[in-house]
Amino acid sequence: MDFFLGLHIGYTVHEKVMTWQIVLRRVGKVFDERTVLRDISATMTAPGAWVISGPNGSGKSTLLRIIAGLLTPTEGAVQYLYNGERLTARQQRQAVGVVAPDMALYRPLTALENLRFFARARGLPLRDSDLLEWLERVQLRSRAHDPVATFSTGMVQRLKVITALLHRPPVLLLDEPSSNLDEAGARFIYQTVQEHAQHGIVVIATNDTRELGYGEPLIQLGA
Amino acid sequence: MNRSSSWAHEAVAVFAKDWLLELRTRVALGAVVLFAVTSVVASGFALAPPSGVPAEVKAALLWVVVFFAAVAGLSRVFVVEEETRTADALRLAVSPAGVFAGKLAFNTVLMWMLCAITVPLYLLLLEVPLRNVSLLVVVVVLGSTALACATTAVGAIVAKATMRGALFGVLAFPVALPPLLVAIHATKAAWLSDSAWRVAAGDLQVLAGFMLVIVPASVLVFEHIWSE
Repeated sequence: MDFFLGLHIGYTVHEKVMTWQIVLRRVGKVFDERTVLRDISATMTAPGAWVISGPNGSGKSTLLRIIAGLLTPTEGAVQYLYNGERLTARQQRQAVGVVAPDMALYRPLTALENLRFFARARGLPLRDSDLLEWLERVQLRSRAHDPVATFSTGMVQRLKVITALLHRPPVLLLDEPSSNLDEAGARFIYQTVQEHAQHGIVVIATNDTRELGYGEPLIQLGA
Repeated sequence: MNRSSSWAHEAVAVFAKDWLLELRTRVALGAVVLFAVTSVVASGFALAPPSGVPAEVKAALLWVVVFFAAVAGLSRVFVVEEETRTADALRLAVSPAGVFAGKLAFNTVLMWMLCAITVPLYLLLLEVPLRNVSLLVVVVVLGSTALACATTAVGAIVAKATMRGALFGVLAFPVALPPLLVAIHATKAAWLSDSAWRVAAGDLQVLAGFMLVIVPASVLVFEHIWSE
């Protein structure tokens, strides 16, 4: 199943209809006898953006990690469907891009070296010139050869976003993406969400009033 | 977008990334080489004159130094990904088998570098009577690779535990003991025996067999540990 071909067509000229779906079936998560999530069900069909909201500690990040496949739910399941067919764990991993505060890049490496590693690891045939173009899109080309440790919070966030998009995943998961960002940084996140939501699925976990309007309300936790 | 990501490609990417990080930070190299060189030099002075020390003791001491140096540096290869919060990005980009193979390759090369520094220094300072150089090279390569396999496997298991240090010691001891014992025996044969290859043949088979068993078993276990 070459779903990336479908996505690529979706990006360019053909009006091929592709149906991407993420289905949450009665998802629950318990940590050390403490129930964090219970009986969460939802369906997201591309294209679109959805928002998971709730106060701090309500389980937003946990739910996003479960959707990303980084955590296994204690109950229920998360299914990725492409044209009705269920994806394997490996395909699911390749279909997702994640930006989260607790997901760091390699700080001793430069921006270009980080992108080069993730491109190689994912088997992407990208040359340095391609990666520099990615950095150009987020105004980081002039800092391509600087270690990430020397970057500001906003610069790291922009680099995280292009790292998550490098393999052109149909699903983009964002955990409080505008936190600690200035207006320009927040605008960049908004534009990224709007662009991606035109052909793929964007899920945002947030309690930031700006970000609540970035997509359709999907789940309100802790309510 | 075309993609050709197999676990072997992923492992090469992880291996290259880890060496790049190591060359920038020198955390593992510093810990391993400093420990090994200090231990060897201290042994050399403490056992002077070394001619009176039995070969069995010298062989055991060499591998004890190599083992503890490995524990000091190699066990951190997975832990560092958790501590620097890069583990999730790695989980999403690379399959568990690719991560394990890349980390194992990194640790193995680190062990070879450690032995390339430690063994000649040890032979020099402790005046070891060397009868069979080629066998010693084979034993050191196989023994250090087996120890790299053992420490990588245990390091992967304890990476997400809270009491990593204590757990690593408890788990590494029984896993590393078999290759350590046969490496000591084979090293003694390389130093003393006229028919060294015959004496050490069984030891070399055990070392090779150990690696053939522990690597696939570790990959299977690692897939479950790494995913959650």
